[in-house]
Amino acid sequence: MVTTYAVARVARGNRLSPARVGAVINRNVGALRSGPAYWLVLASGFFEPVLYLLSIGVGVGALVGDLTLTDGEVLPYANFVAPAMLAVSAMSGALAETTFNFFFKFKYVKTYDAMLATPLRPMEIAAGELTWAMIRGSLYTGAFLIVMVALGLTTPGWALLAFPATWLVGLAFGAVGMAVSTFIRGWQDFDLISTGQFALFLFSGTFSPVQDYPLPVEILIAATPLYHAVELIRGITTGMLTWSMLGNVAYLLVMLAVGLYVASRRLTSVLCR
Amino acid sequence: MIYARGLVKRFGDFTAVDGIDLEVAPGEAFGFLGPNGAGKSSTMRMIGCVSTPTAGELRILGMDPVREGPAIRARLGVCPQTDNLDPDLTVFENLTTYARYFGIPRAEGRRRATELLEFVQLTEKSGSTVDPLSGGMKRRLSIARAMINEPDLVLLDEPTTGLDPQARHLLWERLFRLKQRGVTLVLTTHYMDEAEQLCDRLVVMDAGKIVAEGSPRHLIETYSTREVVELRFGDDAPATYVEKLAGIGERLDPLPDRLLLYSADGDAAVNEVHRRGFTPSSVLVRRSTLEDVFLILTGRTLVD
Repeated sequence: MVTTYAVARVARGNRLSPARVGAVINRNVGALRSGPAYWLVLASGFFEPVLYLLSIGVGVGALVGDLTLTDGEVLPYANFVAPAMLAVSAMSGALAETTFNFFFKFKYVKTYDAMLATPLRPMEIAAGELTWAMIRGSLYTGAFLIVMVALGLTTPGWALLAFPATWLVGLAFGAVGMAVSTFIRGWQDFDLISTGQFALFLFSGTFSPVQDYPLPVEILIAATPLYHAVELIRGITTGMLTWSMLGNVAYLLVMLAVGLYVASRRLTSVLCR
Repeated sequence: MIYARGLVKRFGDFTAVDGIDLEVAPGEAFGFLGPNGAGKSSTMRMIGCVSTPTAGELRILGMDPVREGPAIRARLGVCPQTDNLDPDLTVFENLTTYARYFGIPRAEGRRRATELLEFVQLTEKSGSTVDPLSGGMKRRLSIARAMINEPDLVLLDEPTTGLDPQARHLLWERLFRLKQRGVTLVLTTHYMDEAEQLCDRLVVMDAGKIVAEGSPRHLIETYSTREVVELRFGDDAPATYVEKLAGIGERLDPLPDRLLLYSADGDAAVNEVHRRGFTPSSVLVRRSTLEDVFLILTGRTLVD
């Protein structure tokens, strides 16, 4: 009896109100309208992976030539690098929102304190911010996919399928980023985050197949998150689907669930003392 | 509106609120008075359902703040101690965006925002961002924001701290009008004049406990005398005069710079001081205020 009551209470307590989650997203849309500054940040986030694609994918690709993968498939180098850049832009788009912006609102302008004085609950704030991060990331990835199709690096059909996959990547990284942000002590910690982000960027099978590394390194890389995002998206844009991609999806879903749970728990424990 | 019995809030070993009882009736303007660290803000946060009581009973609008937080907060207006307005939005959008958090439809939110900006005299700043506003304007906007859901109960945590006199008076006048409309106000302050101006009833808090309760007039009558004489003796330490002036008035209180003499009749007390052959460098006879009550109850001046 008591248990049933407790369970019912928890279930009711955890139910998200779509209207309230929407109100959190609405706040960010409002911020977007406020002036050119935010748009500038948005634009720079789009150009970064495109520049990498052109310089390394196309430029270095001309020196490297085609890649012969372990299963014997031959792939032009640019086609190999482009999906990795796509995964990176989904990751960095979401992380920009849930680390830097989230921390600023959390610690300095006290946006969430103001929100918590209304019927909004921490879980709804986390869900709203994460959805917004995903929307921001998808602006980058949508534009990047158009570039890929235009350069003949994937087909329109695969691009359409890859788009929702980038949403999942954005949600997964966004959720973990948000959870990490609640532990950040000050701006100096962002150096750690960007170093980590850069390491992932270089060594997640982005520029060379992970099979080229010694086995222990390969195993280590396979444990890190961006690897799974790259594998999933590369499988789609190159049209080489494998069952192991389900594992990549599962990995990203776990990131999403754990990240969101930790973030809302931390919002509660820090802001509702 | 608010009912608390034996309310306790502890942070680790530190007890911020140490078993307080209080009741606030609809339409009342209720104040928490006390120095920093007395437990006022912790109490306000528990009433605002953003902090869980460690022990004791608390009911807000007849509901349980732990289980029914969102339902209670839907009917509260909160004006926090430090402004947390949204710097990315305009003055008008700060209100309309906030309205969405309460599930107020867009058109209705815009209507209320227009009306509230009029009420706090910020209509001409409607399209501006928040940063260039003065401290007083930000406070008024915070109050307008707290009113967006037409709350039954408004919580104001030190509403006029840090404002210049003009801004304070404008804010008091607006708060007084809210009170006239029947809105229940609960505020914390460490300004005695603010408590006297706004509160029907107040409690004095010190070290997490309620040390006195009543209307401002009742508190002054109970804990102080009708008049207070402030005496200064040039460079002499006021404390050295305590013995010499003993017996005059009901009570003597030496402060670092002056001696307070509590008496029902200030002028008679001053005459007695002169009769004993003392000539203070300055004499001020004034009516007793809440500040005197505070000094008597907590035995010290307000420190920030």
